[in-house]
Amino acid sequence: MSLPADIKADFPVLRQQFDGTPLIYLDSGNTSQKPQSVIDAMANYYETANANVHRGSYELAVRATAALEGARAKVAKFINAPSTSEVVFTKNATESMNLMARAWGSANLAAGDAVVISEMEHHANIVPWHMLVAETGIELRWIPVDADGQLDLTDLDRLLDGTKLLSVTAMSNVLGTLNDIPRLAAAAHDAGALMAVDASQYVPHLATDVQAMGADFVVFTGHKMLGPMGIGVLWARAEILEAMPPFLGGGEMILNVTKEGFTTAEIPWKFEAGTPMVAEAVGLGAAIDYLSELGMDNVRQHEVELTAYAMHKLTEDHGEKITIHGPVEPSARGGVLSFVYEGESGEVHPHDIAQVLDQAGVCVRAGHHCAKPLMSVLGANATSRASLYVYNDESDIDQLSASLHAADELFSF
Amino acid sequence: MPGLEDLYREIILDHYRSPRNRGELETPPAVRVDGFNPLCGDEIIVYIDVADDGTISDVAIGGQGCSISQSSASMMSAAIKGKTVTDARSLISAFKGLMSIHETDIGGDGSEAEMGITDDTFSIDNTDDISLGDLEALKGVVKFPVRIKCATLSWNTLTQALDEAQPV
Ligand SMILES: Cc1ncc(COP(=O)(O)O)c(C=O)c1O
Repeated sequence: MSLPADIKADFPVLRQQFDGTPLIYLDSGNTSQKPQSVIDAMANYYETANANVHRGSYELAVRATAALEGARAKVAKFINAPSTSEVVFTKNATESMNLMARAWGSANLAAGDAVVISEMEHHANIVPWHMLVAETGIELRWIPVDADGQLDLTDLDRLLDGTKLLSVTAMSNVLGTLNDIPRLAAAAHDAGALMAVDASQYVPHLATDVQAMGADFVVFTGHKMLGPMGIGVLWARAEILEAMPPFLGGGEMILNVTKEGFTTAEIPWKFEAGTPMVAEAVGLGAAIDYLSELGMDNVRQHEVELTAYAMHKLTEDHGEKITIHGPVEPSARGGVLSFVYEGESGEVHPHDIAQVLDQAGVCVRAGHHCAKPLMSVLGANATSRASLYVYNDESDIDQLSASLHAADELFSF
Repeated sequence: MPGLEDLYREIILDHYRSPRNRGELETPPAVRVDGFNPLCGDEIIVYIDVADDGTISDVAIGGQGCSISQSSASMMSAAIKGKTVTDARSLISAFKGLMSIHETDIGGDGSEAEMGITDDTFSIDNTDDISLGDLEALKGVVKFPVRIKCATLSWNTLTQALDEAQPV
């Protein structure tokens, strides 16, 4: 089984032309495009069901509540969560991380406790911990990244000694590296620590099973998985969520409020203060339906094949000039191709590459990809990054490769 | 969509190819300021030496970045060397004027008319006696709003360096 040949037709954005050039979108690691079904589901929600949730007693409010909770159930099933009540909706992965760092961290971390992350983390899994270092005096430790773009686990046991939490990305947004989460989770648990997973780049591309991962927390974001911007997920084991203090305070998250204080609602609502993003949840639910219809195994197979094609094509066409970071084996990585380009007269800067590519309708990201510590390990200030998803095909890669020649030419003196 | 030739003018590529005043100065007496573009990771280091009479006796540029940030820094260094701090400050505001279409002004279909880019945009009212010379070549950058920050990075860094060398 593979993906439908006419899949691009499901994505209205990709039907557009810019100055007569078709759009070639290779920035899905940044945000994905949305299929018509997601756009329709959100419009349909506003046309037929919009009301505030958990509050109204009338039929419309019942529909809105069912829409929100129905989306939660779809998320739970998609990641094989043992219970729907373990799925907390947030604004994005960044908020999920901050929720975890603040609510769990404030109750469980004290001066001298260590949190271990890796050098290939996105800033979303770095800065919240830096903030706790500054505020509470916890120690932040780093798993190094080796020359092949893999985590160097030689010193893992020593790093985990005295650690309360190991928080690592399941897939690097720069290198495409897929980390062995079950192994890391086992090591964390052996050391008496909990395991958090930044699955922002994983859930969109590979079948996800939070139980098989052995994780205690899993964080991801809706907009990278064909869903809308403005919704993210924090999954955590029920007993952990039960024991955590709330994050934001206000409506929706309470059971009772008096002049003396408040009691919190049950999980997951305890962590969802204020009016939630119902239409976005509905959109995420529709995205999950769309991906499930495609089949996550087919999604993965398509991406491995296309990644292999891209690595081969770019190396064949550009030889020594192009260096693609990360694992060389396509099946060991995701469809994220960060590269540097050494032209006739030295490196062509990623910003200039992205600009020339844009002229041909090819969208890639240039910069540090919100992973500055990793960039310094790579010894680069910036890279160009092409990232693939379900709607990309070989012709997109051919166009990328051809426009790279144009960039090379313009900057050859 | 504006064409690449609006952005990558020959003179810009020339400064990128052979950057002027590339290097380091000894600190002190020189002042060193590092400028970062947090969006893309570009980094510019500006060194200036200000003599007692207020002239910028020497300037050097370090760091790395794209063709626009590098050429803008190179042209800037050539334009301020030997000038007084006061003249350099006027040049900074003239250049900022040239770059003064901000992202927030841009909406609609992104056409030039829509963005309010006319020839008038490039006349600098409060600094009429200042000639930008080669720097005029950078005005095409305004048509590529995400690149404005590349062009202004070295200038913002220079402002800081001047403030440090000669507090206002
Ligand atoms: C690995 C990883 N973690 C976290 C994030 C943050 O996602 P968001 O900006 O939706 O919070 C991203 C996206 O840029 C990412 O790639």
